[in-house]
Amino acid sequence: MSFPSRDDLIDFIYDEARMLDEGRFSEWMELWMPDGIYWMPLDYKQTDPDCITSLLYEDQFMLRLRVERLNGARTFSQKPKSRCHHVIQRPFVDVMEDAANRYVTNTNMHYVETRLDEQFLLAITATHELCVVDGKIRIANKRVDLLNSDAAFGNIQLLP
Amino acid sequence: MPAYTVDTVTDLVQPHQVHRDVYTDPDVYRLEMKHLFRNTWVFVGHDSQTPNKGDYFTTQLGDQPIIQVRHSNGEIHVLYNRCPHKGTKIAIDRQGNTGKFFRCPYHAWSFKTDGCRLAIPLKKGYEGTGLEQTENGKGMKAVGAVKNYRGFIFARLAEEGISFEDYFGDSLSSLDNMVDRSPAGRLEVAGPPLRYMHQCNWKMLVENQTDTCHPMVAHESSAGTAVKIFEDMDWPEDKPKPMAMEIIAPFMSPYEFFENMGIRTWPNGHGHTGVHHSIHSDYSTIPGYFEQMVEAYGEEKAKQILGENRHNTVYFPNIMIKGPIQQLRNFIPLGPDKTLVESYIYRLVDAPDQLLARTAMYNRLINAPTSMVGHDDLEMYERAQEGLAADGLEWVNIQRLYQEGEDLDHEAVENGTTERQMRNQFHAWAKFMSPQPTTETAEVQQ
Repeated sequence: MSFPSRDDLIDFIYDEARMLDEGRFSEWMELWMPDGIYWMPLDYKQTDPDCITSLLYEDQFMLRLRVERLNGARTFSQKPKSRCHHVIQRPFVDVMEDAANRYVTNTNMHYVETRLDEQFLLAITATHELCVVDGKIRIANKRVDLLNSDAAFGNIQLLP
Repeated sequence: MPAYTVDTVTDLVQPHQVHRDVYTDPDVYRLEMKHLFRNTWVFVGHDSQTPNKGDYFTTQLGDQPIIQVRHSNGEIHVLYNRCPHKGTKIAIDRQGNTGKFFRCPYHAWSFKTDGCRLAIPLKKGYEGTGLEQTENGKGMKAVGAVKNYRGFIFARLAEEGISFEDYFGDSLSSLDNMVDRSPAGRLEVAGPPLRYMHQCNWKMLVENQTDTCHPMVAHESSAGTAVKIFEDMDWPEDKPKPMAMEIIAPFMSPYEFFENMGIRTWPNGHGHTGVHHSIHSDYSTIPGYFEQMVEAYGEEKAKQILGENRHNTVYFPNIMIKGPIQQLRNFIPLGPDKTLVESYIYRLVDAPDQLLARTAMYNRLINAPTSMVGHDDLEMYERAQEGLAADGLEWVNIQRLYQEGEDLDHEAVENGTTERQMRNQFHAWAKFMSPQPTTETAEVQQ
């Protein structure tokens, strides 16, 4: 792949969601650039990730911790394990800058997570900043906005 | 079984154990709302949440709908959020500015920002009806008493009762330390709180704040894994550790660490962990901050303020603060088995932003509904709420390091793994569940 096509970018978003739904977290970690950040704001349309609390603002160390914890022997909140399910609307490809190696997609999704007798639904918008390294699409940054980010939640344990 | 009354409910508390009904019984919960949350001083909000005249913020004290508002004279008033006419909430949103007066969205009755009635449309219709003589005719009802302590607003719903000073006593030293850490001696709320819903009784969350025997067990999956991954990383010794590691790794400290850190309890249910050191003691220095503190307070006082590293301070009944990182958690009861936790952070006015960035990181790593640490805590509480239904054993044990004849009406410092602070909370619980403990009896008991 010299430069990704629109379809390549869109397929990537679908593939990522499928990895998460199938619990292929180690594979998912390999999609990331080493300095990539996963951001889930707390405030609607939040612009400051540092001095205002977020739900998640995690680098690769924290994401790796999150993924390894999910498989730990004493991870009590994952007995039994949670499962998740993404329903994706076709992503918008908002930026395609081949020269800058920068691509941005914007995707509306319904995210369902379940464990024991509980199941909840989140309406989310995911913004992916992508780039291409060695012919493969990688996640430079991912921002996940919850439609009801200001609501009170119980445990959200997986990664929308 | 007959419903509990104020006379029988205190039978549920013994020095070394409490009956499970304090966590599960709807009648006990109703009595808590009616008496405990009425007789005690309960946290409302921070005055920086309502900085300008007419600014208001809505919350709950126990199950009571409440407005904190800045009146035209600059003072904070705390009013019941209820129109005296039909009961509609006067302020519907979480915060805003109402200008010079509140106007009920239902029939346009209006009130000054201290609650006094201003006007009613078609006033003639009330002429000769006696409205003026009713309680409803006067305006919005104010709570019994309000105190703005260094920016933190507390209220007592009851008209009569223990004074703010007698209620908190020397425990205010923790709030002082949190505020003194600003070179300007002032805090400002930073952004909205995390809001985390728990299907368990509110007291389980409050007790967990001084439970020093759970972190290395319940949080092994997060803190333990973090330590393991970090060891694999071959991090150079002279390079500062990542901030996230500084925050999360101390949760895996051994029992001795928590034993030696100590617990202090004060009368009326207040207490704190981390008398000698705490999980917040070894955070790296933020450049420029110490110099600002020395300039503001002089070196000796600055060192004294920053040398205090209290871990969690519980202000009975339902908040916890972390002085060293300017954080407050409000455990809002919504039912016998439902609790909303709101976790706020504050900016130290005139201090470097990096301090606030660390606090914001702490908040999301530990207190968010997306937190790996919070996930395991919630799991413990909610499974306890279910487990307490077991009729095989009806009492919950709080006996660790208990001694016969323990005196909870005096300040004491003990081994950091004692459950004394939990016993202290229940001692205060029984005291303030009485219909109206007067200041006088409170003093006698002290």
